[in-house]
Amino acid sequence: MTALLDVFTYVAVGTGAFFFLAGTVGLLRFPDALTRLHALTKADNLGLGLVVFGLLPQVDGFANGLKLVVIWLLVMLSSADAGQLIARAERRARRRDD
Amino acid sequence: MTGPTLFALVAAALVGTGLYGFIVSPSPLRKILAFNVIGSGVFLMFGVIARRGAIAGIGGDPVPQALLITGIVVAFSATALAITVLLRLAEEAPTTTLEPAPPRGAPDATRTTS
Amino acid sequence: MIELFYAAPALLILALGVYATFARDAFAACAGYLAYGLLLTVAWVQLGGVDVALTEAAIGGGLTGVLLVRACAKLPAKDSGLRADGAGAPIRWLAALAAIGVSTALAYAVLALPVPAATLAPEALANLAATGVGNPITAVLLAYRAMDTMLEAIVLLLALIGIWSLAPDRAWGGRPGPGYEADPHGILAFIARVLPPIGLVVGIYIFWVGADQPGGKFQGATIVAAMWLLTMMAGLTDAPPVSRRLLRLLLVSGPLVFVAIGAYGAFAAGAFLGYPEGLAKPLIIVIEIALMPSLALTLALMLAGAPQRSAAT
Repeated sequence: MTALLDVFTYVAVGTGAFFFLAGTVGLLRFPDALTRLHALTKADNLGLGLVVFGLLPQVDGFANGLKLVVIWLLVMLSSADAGQLIARAERRARRRDD
Repeated sequence: MTGPTLFALVAAALVGTGLYGFIVSPSPLRKILAFNVIGSGVFLMFGVIARRGAIAGIGGDPVPQALLITGIVVAFSATALAITVLLRLAEEAPTTTLEPAPPRGAPDATRTTS
Repeated sequence: MIELFYAAPALLILALGVYATFARDAFAACAGYLAYGLLLTVAWVQLGGVDVALTEAAIGGGLTGVLLVRACAKLPAKDSGLRADGAGAPIRWLAALAAIGVSTALAYAVLALPVPAATLAPEALANLAATGVGNPITAVLLAYRAMDTMLEAIVLLLALIGIWSLAPDRAWGGRPGPGYEADPHGILAFIARVLPPIGLVVGIYIFWVGADQPGGKFQGATIVAAMWLLTMMAGLTDAPPVSRRLLRLLLVSGPLVFVAIGAYGAFAAGAFLGYPEGLAKPLIIVIEIALMPSLALTLALMLAGAPQRSAAT
């Protein structure tokens, strides 16, 4: 049973790491700030969710697992906010340049 | 070479890099940044020494680790003071670099690279 | 395989450190330093220092990053870049020699460390029961080396006084920072309403659990300070004028309680900051509870900066 859980952890964390890699590729290759922001927020949050999901079988105790999920929710909240703020600043900068 | 020793060698390289950047940069902001790189290199080396002191019940010698926590906080407070001085200088002086000002009446030799 | 586990963060840290020092654009260097601080957190966890990792993430990466990014934004860009002719060739050569010499000496010292490593861990663990706390690092910070922590709290206060003394005459004793005003229905105001309660709970939890597990008052106080800064930057609260008496009283109350307990220890236990038998844990808790608000206020005000608006506004 623990071997099955370990395999699940490997697969989930590996997929999460792949999504992080995809987000970073988007960060490096997309043409402008808004598209890069899109790549980062979507791919990184999904990657973090998969990593947290994969780590859940490894924690001891319900409270620690709950803490992991709360960390994921907080990161999603703050990155959504930061993404909005950066996008608005970028739009204002563009409007100033036009 | 064990893992933590690799960190210590990286820390030695960081101290050297920061020292070179500190001496060579003309801008005080970059000097403060380089100084922080030196500081964190020193902390990393100290952390490796703490790791080497691990025994059966504990992952690392707690005394250097506690000193490191103190060091990080004090380094932050020094950086905060230095940056506030720098921002105040930017309000009062025409330029914040440490280069000598051009003599009065000479054309202002502003460089275009950033 | 295990070497890759250590080598990957180590080489990334070196690359980011070099980038932060030598990047052309000042903002890129500051962003590089932020990422460098976060990678150092990973390094600390690998080296077994979780408390130090928390402190590095909070203060080294978070607060220092905010300071540097704000400085980059306020300084003119052409002054902060790395220009090719900043220093003459002789100075560059001498600096390179000094840097290589120092690095080599340090590397040699690291490789020549005694192999059964000298360590204080056995003594620290042996006397842990007498201090009443379960986390050895908290025991070192508040029992074995309490003097260092007291002086550190005072140093923070001195740095804050230094920052306040940089106010221009018209703003002496006034409010730090520009008056931030954000759209009260906007995103920044939203996050400044949602996050601080959660942050406050997390900060106090990290402070409280530091007695027996990784955590502690510096990390917790940083989170609380960050929440206050968030509300300030969203315009929901304003920085108080630094001449306000209640503020100053709260700031010095932490170190004063610390010194008072130290003096009490001089009478009751024969040494400054000595704890009488059996009173160690209660005294440590009193010190921590007194120090935590002072620390949070000090850290937040250090980031708010020198006063820029006069106290009358």
